[in-house]
Amino acid sequence: MNNDSNAHFNVIDAGILCTYQDLGRFKQGNLGLTTGGPADKSAYLWANRLLKNPAKAPVLELSFGGLTLVANTFTTIAITGAKAPLTINGQTKEIWQSHRIKPDDEIKIGFASEGCRIYLGVADGFLVQQQFGSVSTVVREKVGGSNGLAISAGQLLAITKTEKQPLYCLKEHDIPSYTKPLTLKVVTGYQYSLFNSYEIAKFFANEYQISNQYDRMGYRLTGASIQSNITKMFSEGICKGAVQIPPDGQPIVLSNDRQTIGGYPKIGSVLSRDLDYLMQCSQGNKVNFEPISIHCAHNILHLAKAKYLKTQLLKVAM
Amino acid sequence: MPQITKPSRKAVRIEVAGEDALIIYLGDVIDKNISKTIAQLKNRLIEELSDCLVDLIPSYVSLLVIFDPLISDYYAVKQSIIKHLSSDFTEAKTNNNVIELPVYYSPESGPDLKLIAKTSGLSIDEVIKIHQEKTYQVFAIGFAPGFAFLGEVDARIATPRLATPRAKVPKGSVAIADQQTAIYPEQSPGGWNLIGLCPLPLFEPNAKPHIPYQVGDSVKFIGISKARFLTLGGQL
Repeated sequence: MNNDSNAHFNVIDAGILCTYQDLGRFKQGNLGLTTGGPADKSAYLWANRLLKNPAKAPVLELSFGGLTLVANTFTTIAITGAKAPLTINGQTKEIWQSHRIKPDDEIKIGFASEGCRIYLGVADGFLVQQQFGSVSTVVREKVGGSNGLAISAGQLLAITKTEKQPLYCLKEHDIPSYTKPLTLKVVTGYQYSLFNSYEIAKFFANEYQISNQYDRMGYRLTGASIQSNITKMFSEGICKGAVQIPPDGQPIVLSNDRQTIGGYPKIGSVLSRDLDYLMQCSQGNKVNFEPISIHCAHNILHLAKAKYLKTQLLKVAM
Repeated sequence: MPQITKPSRKAVRIEVAGEDALIIYLGDVIDKNISKTIAQLKNRLIEELSDCLVDLIPSYVSLLVIFDPLISDYYAVKQSIIKHLSSDFTEAKTNNNVIELPVYYSPESGPDLKLIAKTSGLSIDEVIKIHQEKTYQVFAIGFAPGFAFLGEVDARIATPRLATPRAKVPKGSVAIADQQTAIYPEQSPGGWNLIGLCPLPLFEPNAKPHIPYQVGDSVKFIGISKARFLTLGGQL
């Protein structure tokens, strides 16, 4: 008899938006399915790495916070991402660190004060059925995770009972700050060469603010209006980070849950590492844009990967 | 056998789309042959790029190639694309499937038939007949899972989108927007003109194939009676 098969967290409160995420859904664009995946991939990866999980192990992504779980088994969790109060049985605990959990422990994540996406990883990952090669939940498509839906109170989230694991944390200076001024590097492309140079200059010279329309699909910004003379365009494939300029001239940065095709002109696409930070922003935050080439983007990505691999975790003394 | 020609060098452009994506434009007008070339190029690049390929998104005149920039780079991916663009497309086997889809056309299942008849000056029966006469090309799949953009609709029944989109378009609705036609695979909001209902599932997450068509295929609509619609599992 396997008495571990019932190991789970009971969801007492699911907060504002809580979804299962893994690295995302790939090679399904021909069906019209988007990628999904963690809004802040960097914070997601750290949650799994603090647990020595494979990078693709399913985690919970929590937008804004407000999650309460009760465990029925022994396990280890790690919380990364936005700065939010964490308590285990009422005791304040650090985030960007792993913690041991025992049966009946109550894990409570309050609301984020810096950033807005929080990741809760568990040893060996959440046990959840894949759809189209991924557990990532895209609510708009009703695909992935728990029947394509966000997680709700009363659900039991299956996990694996695990023996005591060493606990880790990140060094203070390796923890990202979500309050620094944000400049989004844009790999120029798509219809970039068809925009008037004055409009391009305006786009890169002005500050933009996050509007009240921002979610996992995309961030609508407000600021200097950018005009394009592009009148006729056929819908085409949209990659992650694409910056659309609709007729009202207010840019939209498209993210994980974007539509796969669309017909608005695009000026290029935000570098993935910067997009992670944008996805931690909320209404009223300000951003700037800076143009870079695809070659420069590749250098940044290779350096970032090397740095990620070199970064050492600290063992937490028990 | 449809004539598939090598895309002319002049019309073809490869642009950067993002850090992990290049977009290939194969023309600047909607054309069945371009659509078929895109479908073929897509299949070739699946084999060619294998390891570094993340996704391929075909559309009307373009193919978006998404790759892993930590495995490959701009030059290598572009070179692979150029290699396949300069090869001959006539010899390759084309997927020219014609998918027949049953539709229950009626004012009951297609509440905008009356409007289309009124604006076109045709009778409802004529609108229904004209919609079935053509074999439509699948130009793109997107908007929602399994939502196929089909074209081109006979100019006589082409109708602009509704001024105010419906909050709920029923699952299986067959619709027209300008010279495009489509079927809504799931209930969703939508602004297209509804002319009938298809009783077959068009997006099945738990069955294969998940959708009955691919970009480059053709679709033919076959009118059916209400009784047949209900027998096939349709719901009103």
